[in-house]
This record gives sequence, C-alpha cells and structure tokens, in this order.
Amino acid sequence: MSESLLANLLLLSVILINFFCLGSARLVACIRAIAVQGVVLALLPVAVHGLCAHSLVLGLGTLCFKGVLIPGLLLRAIREVRIRREMEPFVGFATTLFLGTLIAACAFLCADWLPLAAAHHEGLLVPVALTTIFSGFLLLMTRRKALTQVLGYLMLENGIFIFAVLLSEALPLMVEAGMLLDLLVGIFIMGIVINQIRREFSTISTEQLTALKE
Amino acid sequence: MLGRIVLHLLVLLILSPLLPGVIAKTKALFAGRIGAPLLQPYYDLARLMRKEFIFSRTTTWVFLAGPVVGLVVPLLAAQLMPFGGLGASLSFRGDLVLFVYLFGLARFFTAASALDTGSSFEGMGAVREVTFSCLAEPTLLFALLVLACGADSLTLNDLLGPALAGRWHSGQAASLALIAVCLFVVVLVENSRIPFDDPNTHLELTMIHEVMVLDHSGPAFGLVLYGAAMKLLVLGALLVRLVLPLQTGHVLLDLLLLVAGLVGLAVLIGVVESTMARLRLPRVPQVLVGTTLLSAFALVLVLR
Repeated sequence: MSESLLANLLLLSVILINFFCLGSARLVACIRAIAVQGVVLALLPVAVHGLCAHSLVLGLGTLCFKGVLIPGLLLRAIREVRIRREMEPFVGFATTLFLGTLIAACAFLCADWLPLAAAHHEGLLVPVALTTIFSGFLLLMTRRKALTQVLGYLMLENGIFIFAVLLSEALPLMVEAGMLLDLLVGIFIMGIVINQIRREFSTISTEQLTALKE
Repeated sequence: MLGRIVLHLLVLLILSPLLPGVIAKTKALFAGRIGAPLLQPYYDLARLMRKEFIFSRTTTWVFLAGPVVGLVVPLLAAQLMPFGGLGASLSFRGDLVLFVYLFGLARFFTAASALDTGSSFEGMGAVREVTFSCLAEPTLLFALLVLACGADSLTLNDLLGPALAGRWHSGQAASLALIAVCLFVVVLVENSRIPFDDPNTHLELTMIHEVMVLDHSGPAFGLVLYGAAMKLLVLGALLVRLVLPLQTGHVLLDLLLLVAGLVGLAVLIGVVESTMARLRLPRVPQVLVGTTLLSAFALVLVLR
C-alpha cells in the first residue's frame, strides 16, 4: 500500500490534534478539535485507498457521525450544563502533554517491531493509530469531568478507526464494527445528557457520580 | 570572507530597525490608524543617540554592560547565520551551540544589568525573562537538532545550506513544518512579542522584557533598542531561511529574497499581535513546554 503525501499530512494532523486535546483546558476547544479530527479521519480512507465506493461510503459515514453528529451533541450537552473548563485534572496539563509525547515517541519507535504485513512497515498508519489509542486512554484516565472522558473515549475509537483503515479492504466487517461503536458512543453521550437534565446536577464531576451511588 | 563579514554587518546594521517599523505599521493598519512612518525606529535611534549618558550612582559597570553585550551578541551571531542564500561568514563544527548560547550570554547580561539597579520591578522582569527563555531554549535546540539530523552536519551553514530545499520534498517535510511553527514561537518569545509579552505595555507589573530596561535612558536605551531589532533580524533570518530555502546564486537577488522574507515575517508578527490577546502568565510556560514537546516529536519523526 503506498501512502500518499496527503495521507501522511492527515495522519500528522491527527497527532497534533491529540496533543492539543491533551494540553488544553477549554472543553469547547477540545470538542471542536475532536470534530476536526473526525473530518480528517473521514478523508483518510479516500486518501489511503483512492476513490472507490467502499472508501466513499466509509468517509461519508465517518463525516456524519464523528465530524457533525457527536460533536454537535457534546456541544449541546456543554451548553446545558454550563461548564467551560476542565478545572482540576488528576494529572496536570503539562505532565499529560509530556506523557502524550512519550507515548507518541514510543509508538513511532516500536511500531516497526510489531509483526505486521510487509506492506504496512515503515508507514505512518500503525504508529499514529497506536498513539491515538493510547492518548485516548490517557485522556480517559487523567480527567475528572464525564464529558472529557467521553472525549477520551472518542479519541480511543478514532485510533481504532485508523487501524481499521489499514485493513478496510480485507476486513470490511471490522470497519462496520467501528461504526457500531460510534453509535454506542452517541448513545453513551445521550445517556449522560439525559441523566444530567433529569437529576439537575450542578456539576458533572465523575467523583460525585460515584459518590451518589453509595 | 572579509567581504561576507562586511555584507552581513551591513545587512544587519542597516535593515534591522526596519522590522519593528513594519510591525508597528501593520498593527496601526489593523487598528485603522495611519501610524508612525516606517522609518520611525531609525528616527528614534538617532534621537536617543544625541542624548547624554545618565547613570544612577548606585549602579556599576554592569549596568552599561547589558546594552553593550546586547548589541555585540547579534553582530557575532549574524556571522554564524547564513542570511538567505548568502552563506555564513564564519563556520565551524558545532557552531549551532555557540549560536544558541550567544543569545544566552546577552540575556545574562541584560538580567544582570536589570538587577544592578536594585529595583524590585526590574528583578521581577529579570526572573520572568530568564524563566521563559530557559523554557524556549530546548525548543530552539531541538529544532536545530532536527535540521542537523537531516543535514548530517553540525554547522549552521550546512544545516541551512542549498540542500534544505530538497529536504522539503522528501519524507522530512512534516518535521520541517513542525519545527518551522516551533521556531516562530521561539522568535515571538525571544523578541518579547505579544502572546508572550507586550512590547508596548506601560504597567511595570505586567512587563517582562521592557521592565528590565526601564532605568536605561539616552544612548544606553538606544543600544538596547538597536540590539533588540538586530536580534529579531538574526532569529528571523533562521526562520525565513527554513521556510524559503530558495537560492538564485546571484548576491543581489538572494539579498532581495531575504529582505522580502523578513518583511513578510514582520507583517506576520504584526498580524499575530493585532489578532491575539496576551496569554496569562501561567499559560506561557504551558505553551512553551508544548512547543518543546512538539519539536521533540519532530526529532523522533526524523530519527525514525
């Protein structure tokens, strides 16, 4: 598989967006960044596999879900609960960013050791997918607000999607599964939004969510 | 070689005050004003040079050493830096380290001369300036390392030599673009430009670089301004060469390209200053750590 210059640029912008989300405290900006990442991912199948029906459908689906629908839902949720910033993450922003870069460096240096098909060696797809997945994990672990954790989950899913692009010709089922996971995220978000409206939370800190159960 | 040294000095001495003028004009146009003439910094320098030296009795020789070293360092650093297509006049293995730490020397003396006055405001400014620049330094070094890895050499002349244009078309384009962004941030920080410091502020508490030179006046202040303009030109030349690696082979055309690039950079700085608000003080280190990590990532991309 020959990766074009366009694909490489797209993958690089995905990584930059990962870094931005790890280092930024403003939730609205983070959601917008994830939306942009969704759009970039929508272009990726076309950039990697060329113009064909399969990649077009994949791209359009991704654009609708990740570029428009889910960020729209998140922005609405944020408007309703009136929060703007992730105030007190478990780990500081600079530290998270540092860990993120460490992850990226490890992913790039270690990706070639993985037992991949010969065509996938030396490419950017595998390391970028790994970086995105682990950055998503990092975001999930280090943030307190439920919304940022959803963002982390989305980022994790984006990483899986990049991995799926690698295989989309051989394994369409895998991609379908990815799309289903998208739906799941949508429902997940809706659940949180509805919960908040019903219970009239003053905060959506996950610490308080667990405290309520006890 | 002597011709080159003279040419570099002439470019530096004659052109440098133009850049602050271009920045001020851009900002004025953005604000809907006509603004001061483009050559205003030259008039300012001439006015300051005609005044007399006045020194406080509490200061020592260090107070004057700050502006003098601040003026001499860009003159020396300019000799190591290729100006556009014009190669550097002095070049030896490892000169990029000297290039970075020459500016460190200038910073040390500026901070020392600020502390020499005994003013608490100047002490605060010195602390901030030193903190920010020690965070900006790794970015600059990482960026130079990326270039060094690509060029497989440790002299600035080879790093920014004719081969640079070819590297933009190879697989290294991505990391070059990353370090270009990082270097732009370094240029803004090192020259105390708006997202990091406001050169026009008049409140001692919020100043960073400007507060350090509050007690300098007359010719000494002129030296400070002149040195700052030259520093902008030398660091700007690095960025311009990275982004515009064209080389015509003709001295005049190369010179013209350099000047056009520098004026473009000054306009860009003016646009950034007009459209962005200043960052809160605690945010500045965060941004600088971010650029350091970004440039480190660019290095990983190259090493891979």
